[in-house]
Amino acid sequence: MLHIPTTEAQACAVVASIVEARVPLAIRGGGTRSGLGRPDNAVSTISSTGLTGITLYEPSEMVIGARAGTPLKLIEETLANRGQMLPFEPMDHRALFGTEGEPTIGTIAAGNISGPRRINAGAARDSLIGIKLINGRGELVKSGGRVMKNVTGLDLVKLVSGSFGTLGFLTEVTFRVLPRPERVVTLIWEDLADEAAVALLSGALGSPFEPMAAAHLPAGIGAEQARTLLRLENFSASISYRAAELARLLKGYGRPELIEGRASDALWREVRDAAFFAGTQEAVWRLSLAPGNGPKATAAIARTVPDARWFYDWGGGLVWLAVPADGDAGAAAIRAALKPLGGHATLVRAPDAVRAAVPVFEPLSEPLMRVTAGIKKSFDPEGVFEPGRMYAGV
Amino acid sequence: MSAIAFPAPDAGILARRDSILAGLSRLVAPDALITSEDERRPYETDALTAYRRMPLAVVLPSTTQEVAAVLRYCSEQGVPVVPRGAGTSLAGGAIPQEDAVVIGVSKMNRILEIDYANRVTKVQAGVTNLAVSGAVSADGFFYAPDPSSQLACSIGGNIGMNSGGAHCLKYGVTTNNVLGVTLVMLDGSIVEIGGSHLDSPGYDLLGLINGSEGQLGIVTEATVRILRQAEGARPVLFGFPTSVEAGAAVAAIIGAGIIPVAMEFMDKPAIEICEAFAKAGYPMDCGALLIIEVEGSDAEMDAQLARIVAIAREHGVGTVKESKSAMETAAIWKGRKSAFGATGRIADYICMDGTIPTGQLPFVLERMDEIIKGYGLRVANVFHAGDGNLHPLILYNCNDPVEAQKAEDAGNDILKLCVEVGGCLTGEHGVGIEKRDLMTVQFNEADLHQQQRVRAVFDPRWLMNPAKVFPLEGRIAA
Ligand SMILES: Cc1cc2nc3c(=O)[nH]c(=O)nc-3n(C[C@@H](O)[C@H](O)[C@@H](O)COP(=O)(O)OP(=O)(O)OC[C@H]3O[C@@H](n4cnc5c(N)ncnc54)[C@H](O)[C@@H]3O)c2cc1C
Ligand SMILES: Cc1cc2nc3c(=O)[nH]c(=O)nc-3n(C[C@H](O)[C@H](O)[C@H](O)COP(=O)(O)OP(=O)(O)OC[C@H]3O[C@@H](n4cnc5c(N)ncnc54)[C@H](O)[C@@H]3O)c2cc1C
Repeated sequence: MLHIPTTEAQACAVVASIVEARVPLAIRGGGTRSGLGRPDNAVSTISSTGLTGITLYEPSEMVIGARAGTPLKLIEETLANRGQMLPFEPMDHRALFGTEGEPTIGTIAAGNISGPRRINAGAARDSLIGIKLINGRGELVKSGGRVMKNVTGLDLVKLVSGSFGTLGFLTEVTFRVLPRPERVVTLIWEDLADEAAVALLSGALGSPFEPMAAAHLPAGIGAEQARTLLRLENFSASISYRAAELARLLKGYGRPELIEGRASDALWREVRDAAFFAGTQEAVWRLSLAPGNGPKATAAIARTVPDARWFYDWGGGLVWLAVPADGDAGAAAIRAALKPLGGHATLVRAPDAVRAAVPVFEPLSEPLMRVTAGIKKSFDPEGVFEPGRMYAGV
Repeated sequence: MSAIAFPAPDAGILARRDSILAGLSRLVAPDALITSEDERRPYETDALTAYRRMPLAVVLPSTTQEVAAVLRYCSEQGVPVVPRGAGTSLAGGAIPQEDAVVIGVSKMNRILEIDYANRVTKVQAGVTNLAVSGAVSADGFFYAPDPSSQLACSIGGNIGMNSGGAHCLKYGVTTNNVLGVTLVMLDGSIVEIGGSHLDSPGYDLLGLINGSEGQLGIVTEATVRILRQAEGARPVLFGFPTSVEAGAAVAAIIGAGIIPVAMEFMDKPAIEICEAFAKAGYPMDCGALLIIEVEGSDAEMDAQLARIVAIAREHGVGTVKESKSAMETAAIWKGRKSAFGATGRIADYICMDGTIPTGQLPFVLERMDEIIKGYGLRVANVFHAGDGNLHPLILYNCNDPVEAQKAEDAGNDILKLCVEVGGCLTGEHGVGIEKRDLMTVQFNEADLHQQQRVRAVFDPRWLMNPAKVFPLEGRIAA
């Protein structure tokens, strides 16, 4: 049964009736990422697509608010018209999942969906300043608001960001925004091995020249030659100066090529969306770890999963990894490789059978699992929202 | 002042004091347990000095394991606990109660690890905010959140309050700069949340811990981001005829796509107080002052400043004065960062911390003035202009109970005004006891109950800093 409420009151009523009947409820935005996480067994679905529209936009206060079902595209266009943007460059999962439809702003909030800019400007959770959500009691709950400095009460905004619908149905979200930079350029070094490339990125990120994005594409990822990328965003005069300074600082790695405009934008879109792994049968993992450990993790994984392919974002701290989808899709090997290094692995794309059998999110320690189950229960006592979406039994 | 109530002390706990002290003494080194009245006195309040309560005992553990042992013991004994960093909370967040044990992290003050390649450092919770930057500044790095109290306040307290500072406009507040914590929960279990990587698996517990005001557990270690310093930084003073022009200039600068590292506002009384204290060279012939700091190479700063100055001129700026030396820069920031202390030299004050949508600034300044005048009081305004976080300092005489009550009432009216125009009660100082009873102005029952249910996951019996944040009436039962 599909519910498409068009007001908050209707949405509350839908949730209340579902809670009364105790049937599992799936939440859908644009439906572009439903392949994520553990496959759900919901019998009812509530869609946010009836709750649309921008509710607040004050460019001089750098804030935008919208109903959860508002297409991300509308938000981005509205901001672009006033020379602004979302700070965190949200990933578009459609390429990776081969899905269609329009991603919604509510999903960006619910999934804490970020992109390359996360390394410098923070994740979606860092820009999300207010939410309204219907919890598993059918109550409309708000947290945060429309101002960016706000420490009033417990920060439920962050808790809900990244909870993938398991804590409630978002009806409205408010984000902080930033001005668009005057000019954007990408510096590209070629032929570096992973270790050297991550050392280059680390040198740049530890410099005063503020790269806004830092990625490494090993040989065979999108091109024959390995490419190491730094993106600068700033006023035009600063860009020329900073690009030259970075080239000088990093001259030991060779001379970078500079690209900008469409070529630069397209390249970063591929990085953001992990588009190098689009349309293949491989399982796709996302590893989050200390940047310097990125190459160590991939080297260890390559020893046990011979066909693995990967690339790095976030200066080496985000590894996108594609492996054969059979068996446990490399889960045991990947998590064993991370054990001595710290960090964690999330299975982003895999056939349903694999995602049902393998923990999609990193298993938590016993006390943290207890807290996780407790938080789920505190929002959703009957366990109706996306049961088991993140962890079995939660 | 006495308007804010504390829960009545549990007579059973008071009667068992000796046995509780004996129990604690078995868990920590002798010099870590403070029991005498004289030695407990420094812990009876924080920077909200109008309120004080003598705690049952104070424990200053040296290790995470000791913290765990003490928490487990208090939990088993049903004794309330008040976590404490440096006790600089302006909201009364660290004020104890008669039946509670204060657990202070001040002895845990070591920097554990500095990792430039990954741009993080790991510190114990009692390390001061400034010491984190101090440990890495020779190598060109810094820790971004910079509360004015940074010389004294601890990282544990910063996490407790999700503290901000003048440079947060560009670099974010504490929650945006903490990557991992070691948290001891009430039952004594020790958990690692996050680490040196950028996001942790599962629910964002790190985001929940930041700003939780000591209600969810005790942080003993933290991994924080360190950033490379800009090539140069230069604060510039802009004197405007009135706050209205200054406020409009702030909106126009942001509207032009410029985000300076800092944009700080002072009104005339604040300028006078701070100048008398710091001799910073602030212009005295203006009604409102903006301190705007830009960063980068000399040429970059020149270019950015040229844009900002042009906008300020369109908004009627009178004086524009650039810092010409490191000494001048230090004096300019000293003046701003000692605003509270300097005010304290001339009068008693209470410091408000509401945030408003910046577009509401002219209206709010005018209404605030009326409120203050209505009570026959005086106010000095300093605030973070870029993000609308106001700090009206309401001046009063603490030896005059009637005036003290008026100051508290005026403060409450101002905070209600902040909420009315779409803002919030507190931007960076926290709720503590100070704004506890105003929470119902900003939140309805469903909002507050959801927060309390999350709180209950960590502390179902209201033992962790129980007098704070949530109104004493209408709390959900265990
Ligand atoms: C288990 C799991 C793992 C994921 N891993 C990653 C990852 O590693 N990296 C990454 O960048 N993204 C990840 N995602 C992101 C992704 O799944 C998106 O959340 C997404 O599925 C949807 O975009 P859409 O608008 O097309 O929404 P849909 O595909 O329709 O909905 C997707 C998800 O968002 C939630 N959602 C949508 N709207 C609302 C709302 N109004 N209120 C509450 N919840 C809502 C749904 O519950 C659902 O889980 C993950 C998601 C899940 C569930
Ligand atoms: C002159 C002055 C200027 C100030 N300027 C600013 C400013 O610019 N910006 C700003 O944000 N604040 C400012 N403050 C407020 C205050 O300094 C901050 O709130 C600071 O973070 C408190 O740190 P602390 O170590 O003193 O913590 P405390 O006051 O001891 O405690 C603060 C809260 O955190 C909890 N807590 C402390 N340690 C821990 C721990 N290890 N684990 C869990 N919880 C803990 C306590 O229970 C309490 O609720 C200022 C205060 C003063 C006096």
